[in-house]
Amino acid sequence: MKTVKIDARGMHYTPLNQKIRAAIADGAEEIILDNVLGQRFIGDGLRGNVRIIVNGVPGGDLGIFMSGPTCIVHGNAEHAPGNTMDKGMLVIHGSAGDAVAHSMRGGKVFIKNNIGYRGGIHMKQYEVEARPILVVGGTAHSFLGEYMAGGMVLVLGIGKDKAMTDRGIGSGIHGGEIIIRGDVDDYLLGTGAKKFKFTESDLERITPIIKSFCEQFGYDAAEFLDTNYTKIGPVSSRPFASKYVWE
Amino acid sequence: MTLGSVPPKFKVSIDRDQCMDCGRCIENCSYGVYRREGDKILIESRKCTGCLRCVAMCPRDAITLTEKPVDYRSHPLWTREVREDIIKQACSGKIILSGMGNARDLPVVYDHLLLDACQVTNPSIDPLREPMELRTYIGKKPSKLKFRKTESGEVELETKLAPNLKLNTPIMIGHMSFGAISLNSQLSMAKAVTELGTYMGTGEGGLHEALYPYQDHMIVQVASGRFGVNIDYLERGAAIEIKIGQGAKPGIGGHLPGEKVSEEVSKARMIPIGSDAISPAPHHDIYSIEDLVQLIRSLKEATEWKKPVFVKIAAVHNVAPIAAGIARSSADAVVIDGFRGGTGAAPKVFRDNVGIPIEVAIASVDQKLREQGVRNEISIIASGGIRTSADLAKSIALGADAVNIGTAALVALGCRVCGNCYRNLCPWGIATQRPDLVSRLDPEIGAVQVSNLIKGWTDELSELMGAAGINSIESLRGNRDRLRGYMLDEKMLEILDVLPAGA
Repeated sequence: MKTVKIDARGMHYTPLNQKIRAAIADGAEEIILDNVLGQRFIGDGLRGNVRIIVNGVPGGDLGIFMSGPTCIVHGNAEHAPGNTMDKGMLVIHGSAGDAVAHSMRGGKVFIKNNIGYRGGIHMKQYEVEARPILVVGGTAHSFLGEYMAGGMVLVLGIGKDKAMTDRGIGSGIHGGEIIIRGDVDDYLLGTGAKKFKFTESDLERITPIIKSFCEQFGYDAAEFLDTNYTKIGPVSSRPFASKYVWE
Repeated sequence: MTLGSVPPKFKVSIDRDQCMDCGRCIENCSYGVYRREGDKILIESRKCTGCLRCVAMCPRDAITLTEKPVDYRSHPLWTREVREDIIKQACSGKIILSGMGNARDLPVVYDHLLLDACQVTNPSIDPLREPMELRTYIGKKPSKLKFRKTESGEVELETKLAPNLKLNTPIMIGHMSFGAISLNSQLSMAKAVTELGTYMGTGEGGLHEALYPYQDHMIVQVASGRFGVNIDYLERGAAIEIKIGQGAKPGIGGHLPGEKVSEEVSKARMIPIGSDAISPAPHHDIYSIEDLVQLIRSLKEATEWKKPVFVKIAAVHNVAPIAAGIARSSADAVVIDGFRGGTGAAPKVFRDNVGIPIEVAIASVDQKLREQGVRNEISIIASGGIRTSADLAKSIALGADAVNIGTAALVALGCRVCGNCYRNLCPWGIATQRPDLVSRLDPEIGAVQVSNLIKGWTDELSELMGAAGINSIESLRGNRDRLRGYMLDEKMLEILDVLPAGA
């Protein structure tokens, strides 16, 4: 495997991204970025299946418009990793800021710890090949899965009494599903969101995702393979259909 | 309900002496006004929207349409419209949905601005004889140019120029999405702009593959729903526009109703068939001007700084400082959409009440950017109610670099501004996804019509410029001395920075 190392210390994001693109054009299969400190847009619009290892804390919009690569962050991430991401995977060994996986349409985002507000907002899916998945090991702040139109958000609540304690879960959701470990209090649900029973067949469906998540972070998947989850989905795929009268 | 029905909007009648009973009216009316019973064509006037499809297709001119056939007791405050809206809401308890642009009878500033012409002291120019330079570049202009001498003694440009769009005429077509309008409408306009050397917007509906051959003349849009946005889409566009707001409905998002999400629309937008396509009011990754900078730069990084990025905002009260912020955000152009801008669907209360006129917005934005010394950093594209080449010339004289047209282009395709765009029944094949209706619009013919309109306006603009002794669009831009205000108040003249007629 061809590995390229780049020292990002003190480097602006544009030359850094240019170096990454140049390395990919040169046939790199793995790119290790050391001393990353706040550089935005790492992986922006990249295609292919290169592996990018980020040592440090990347800036906002990590993996935005990304279509294929895998990006592993040894640190926290700033806001909106996985923004409008198409394909590929982000693995964050830490926490991330607001709007994680904003408008994401495919691929996976795995966050070991917690995320900020509006996680998974307006995620959407198209047929089977484009179905985004966001898994959060810890918990999330308010408006998780807001306006969600497709895909899946899974919150495991590792180390928490309750996986979710913030309000507005799935407000305006009209597609996709939010799966939360344990029970979710009714008052935490946003407008347009509804609880559904989490069944054995749901478990079967999410088992590969749980296994893949646990593999990344060294958890024992067996601890999570039961039906102690709450599934939250839309009341309707047409939330605004009855809001209007014609002129 | 104890309210009964409101009077029909239109009264349709057929001159039975003229009628040849061909039934074209029945075939053409998608709203179901006409039906045959026995040997007679019956009319249900209440269903009529005034789209005039039947009138246009009747071979005998036998159809007559009368608006407001029933009088109300007239009242200056409690107008017919106000009373009917109350009745509708009393019956439904819902928001009133409307199509097209602002339908209120408010004064039009363009109509109170008059253009100048040469007499005696400096000669006018005949565009038939003299070249008129209408070429317009949209994008950042350097504040100064640096040159260097090469070893061989030649002079070469050292300043790195930002990417610009090259327009042969300062008229572009604004963003109307596939979904809101049909693919045949988009194809008609795409063929026209490609032939003319100008551009059109995709709207927030992705880029259908049938449009790929015209992609070099298409500006792709990134709006709050991010429909159809991926790296492939961004790379295909000639430029990228971030839509923050729309003149017809500033401050709110958009909902493409599930009825219009057909198989093809679903493919282009990358969403399931029949589900509502909801664009939230704000971009949820933009809560500040700094966040906007971040989205602009993320788009530039994604496309390796090769494409201009525009930001479209609705003309609202503080449009000038907002535009000044955008000018400092790495954006290459700001698109300002005035309160008369069109829409496929907007709550009526927004369409008719929110925002400010484009004329005022152009003037105040241009003024503010010049004051701050950043006018070269950003181009101004004006839209929202531009109806004629005169509106175009006045917009440029007020400070715009180019205009976007929308409704005017649709009228060139057959639209009669009936305003029922949200019903998916457009009999002209424009604002509909119903295959039988869409097939009524032939993109080859549509392209000729749109292209004719833009050519006509371009020629008129040349004539207007020639008459004013101006042979280059740059000399008209921001040249408010060639405008005079007619029946405008002093404060309005001050904001427009235009003298009154006679001064």
